[in-house]
Amino acid sequence: MSSENAANFEAVASAVTGEIGEDEWYRPSPLERIQRTLHKYPALGPFLVLVVMVVVFSLVAPDRFLRPFNLSLIIAQVTVIGTLAIGQTLVILTAGIDLSVGAIAVFVSIVMANVNVALGIPGFLAVPMGFAFGTACGLLNGMLITRLRMPPFIVTLGTLSIFFALNLWVSGSATVRGTNMDPLLLWPGQPITLFDTRFTLGSLGMLLMYGIMIYVLGYTAWGRYVFAIGDDPDAARLSGIRTDRVLLSVYAVAGLIYAIGAWFLIGRVGAASPQSLQIANLESITAVVIGGTSLFGGRGGVLGTLFGAMIVGTAVNGLTIAGFDPLWQRFAIGVLVIVAVALDQWIRRVGK
Amino acid sequence: MTTTRLSLLAATTALTIGAMGAAAQAQDVKVGLITKTETNPFFVTMRNAAQAKADEMGIDFDSCAGAFDTDNEGQATCIENMIAAGATGILLTPGVPDAIVPTIERAQQEGVPVIALDTQTNPSDAADATLATDNFQAGLFIGEWAKAVMGDAADDAVVAFLDVSDGLQITTEVQRNQGFMTGFGIDPVDNKFIGDENDARIAGFAATEGAQDKGRTAMENLMAANPDINVVYTINEPAAAGAYEAIQAAGLADDVLIVSVDGGCPGVQNVADGVIGATSMQFPLRMAQQGVEAIVEFAASGKLPAASDGLDFTNTGVVLITDKPVDGIESKDTAWGLANCWG
Repeated sequence: MSSENAANFEAVASAVTGEIGEDEWYRPSPLERIQRTLHKYPALGPFLVLVVMVVVFSLVAPDRFLRPFNLSLIIAQVTVIGTLAIGQTLVILTAGIDLSVGAIAVFVSIVMANVNVALGIPGFLAVPMGFAFGTACGLLNGMLITRLRMPPFIVTLGTLSIFFALNLWVSGSATVRGTNMDPLLLWPGQPITLFDTRFTLGSLGMLLMYGIMIYVLGYTAWGRYVFAIGDDPDAARLSGIRTDRVLLSVYAVAGLIYAIGAWFLIGRVGAASPQSLQIANLESITAVVIGGTSLFGGRGGVLGTLFGAMIVGTAVNGLTIAGFDPLWQRFAIGVLVIVAVALDQWIRRVGK
Repeated sequence: MTTTRLSLLAATTALTIGAMGAAAQAQDVKVGLITKTETNPFFVTMRNAAQAKADEMGIDFDSCAGAFDTDNEGQATCIENMIAAGATGILLTPGVPDAIVPTIERAQQEGVPVIALDTQTNPSDAADATLATDNFQAGLFIGEWAKAVMGDAADDAVVAFLDVSDGLQITTEVQRNQGFMTGFGIDPVDNKFIGDENDARIAGFAATEGAQDKGRTAMENLMAANPDINVVYTINEPAAAGAYEAIQAAGLADDVLIVSVDGGCPGVQNVADGVIGATSMQFPLRMAQQGVEAIVEFAASGKLPAASDGLDFTNTGVVLITDKPVDGIESKDTAWGLANCWG
C-alpha cells in the first residue's frame, strides 16, 4: 500500500495473483510480462511513448528539436492544459467527467484580472479571490452532481455554457491587457533561464502541483477514497466512505486547480482574454486519456497525465519544427488517443 | 476609388520588383504562416498561396494554426514553435487581436518580425506591418449598394444582421457590420461596437460562426421574431447561403435582399445565381503572396511594407461584385468575380 497504484484494488489483487502464478503455477510469456508491468505502472506506457517521440523528432530535426531550450519550451507550452488536466484526472478517476474545465478557468482569469484592474484591488488579494471563485464554481458542479443526482457529463455540459456566458457578460467580451495588471498576476509567466533552458515560473508551478497530487493520491486516505469511488461506488459506500462528501470535495479541489491554471494562463499569454480555452475540456481529457487513466474510473494517476500532456505538446512542437501541415498535428493526436485507449483495454484484460 | 486601387497596384508592383531583387540571397530565409484555423477555405487559400510563393522564391516555409477561431494560446504556441524552427519572419492572422500582443512582442525581442494578415492586431502598431482587407470599406460598399438598389424603400427597410458571434466583438465582424450600417445610412454610434445602435430599422443581430447551417438557424430565428425583414447583411457568403435557405423555405426569396463579404468562388457563383445581391471581394492570395515577399525583402534590406494612405495598414484591396451595378458605386460583374475569386 505504499504507491499511488496501491489504492487501485483491482491492480493490487491481480498483482498478488500474478506473483503466485509466476512462482508456482506457470511461467508467463514475455508479452504477458509487459502487460502486467504496464498494469502495475499505468504511467509507464505514456512515458515510453514520449521517449520514442523525442527520439523520432530528434532524428527528423536534429538541430532544432533536441535543444534544451526547445524541450523546456514544450513544458512551458503545456503548462495551462497540463495544470487543468490535474483537476480533470481527479474527476475522471471518480468515473466522472468535467466539460466545464475551460469555462471555469477562463471565467476565473477574467474575474481575477477585472478584480485587479477594474476594481483596483491589489494582486495579493485578487489572486486568492480568483482561487476562491474557482473553488466555488467547482463546488457548484459537485453540489449539482451529489445533491440532485445528475450525471457529471450533463451537469458540466450545462455549467460549461453557463460559466462561459457569464464570463462574456462580466468581461464585456473585452481582453484585459497585461500592461494594466499587478505584476503578481503575470508572475507565472516570468522566465527562468538556466543554462540553455527557459522555463517559466508557471511551468515549474505545474510540476510542483503534479508532485503534490502524486503524494495526495498515493499516500493519503482521501486519495484512496478517490480511487475507491471510481472503482466501485457501492462498495466504497458499504466500506464506510462518505462518497458524496468525497465527490463534492473532488469537484471543489478540481475547481481550485482550474483557478491556479487560470493564473498560469494569464502569465503565459500576458493578458486575460474571455475567448480563451474553448476546447480545453477536450484537450485536458485527451491528456488524461493518453496518460493512461481509464475513463471508467478507478485506474490511472496524475503522473501519466503529465506525460499525456507532454506527448501532445511534443507532437505539436515537433511536427511544426519538422515542417508538417497543421492538420497532421490533429491527425497525430487522434491516433494517440485511439492507441492509448486500445492499450488501456488490453491492459485491463490482465489476469482474466 | 480608382486612384486608390491604382496606387495600390503600383505599391504591389514595387514590392514585387523589390522582392525579386532580394530573391538572390533568399536561400536562408524561412517564412512561418500562422492562420486562425486550418479548416476555413479562406485560410487554406492563404496557406497554399504562401507555399507556392515560397517555392517560387526558393525559401523555406512552415505553417501552423489555432484549433478554433479565437485560440489565442494555440497561436502563442505556434509563434514560439516558429521561432524555435528558425523562422526569419512570421505572418499571422491574429485570432484574438489584443491578447496575442505580448507574444508578438516576445518574437520581436528575438529579432523575428511579425506581419499581421487579414486581421489587425490591437493596438494596430503591435505588428511590424499589416496586410489586410479594409473591412470597414467592404461593409461600406455593400451598405451603399443596398441603399441605392432599394431607393426610397431604404427608409422603411427592416434589416437583419448575421454576424460571427454573439457579442464577442471580433474586430473583423465589427468593422464589416459597422461599415454596412454607415453605408446604408444607419448611425453606428460607437463604430467599434455592435449593438449600441438605436435605429428602428434594425430587426436584430444573430451569430452564425460564419457557417451555413448556423446561418440558416440564425435567419429562421430572426424571421420568427420579425417576418417583415427585407434586407439581410451577412458576415460572409456561407452565412448568406444559409440565410437564403431559410428565406426560400419561407417563400420570400424574391422579397429579401442579401448582401455579403468575402469573394469566395461559391459566394460569387451565388451572386451570379441571384441568391446574393452583392458581395465585397477580398484577396487572401495577395495577402499571402505579399506577406512572403515582405519577409524576403526584410531579410535582404530590413525594410517592411508601409501603410496605405489614410490607413494604419497596407490595404490589399476590396472590390464590389454584383450583376446589378448602380450609379456612383464602382463594381465588377460576376464574370470578373469568378475569374478572380478564391477557395
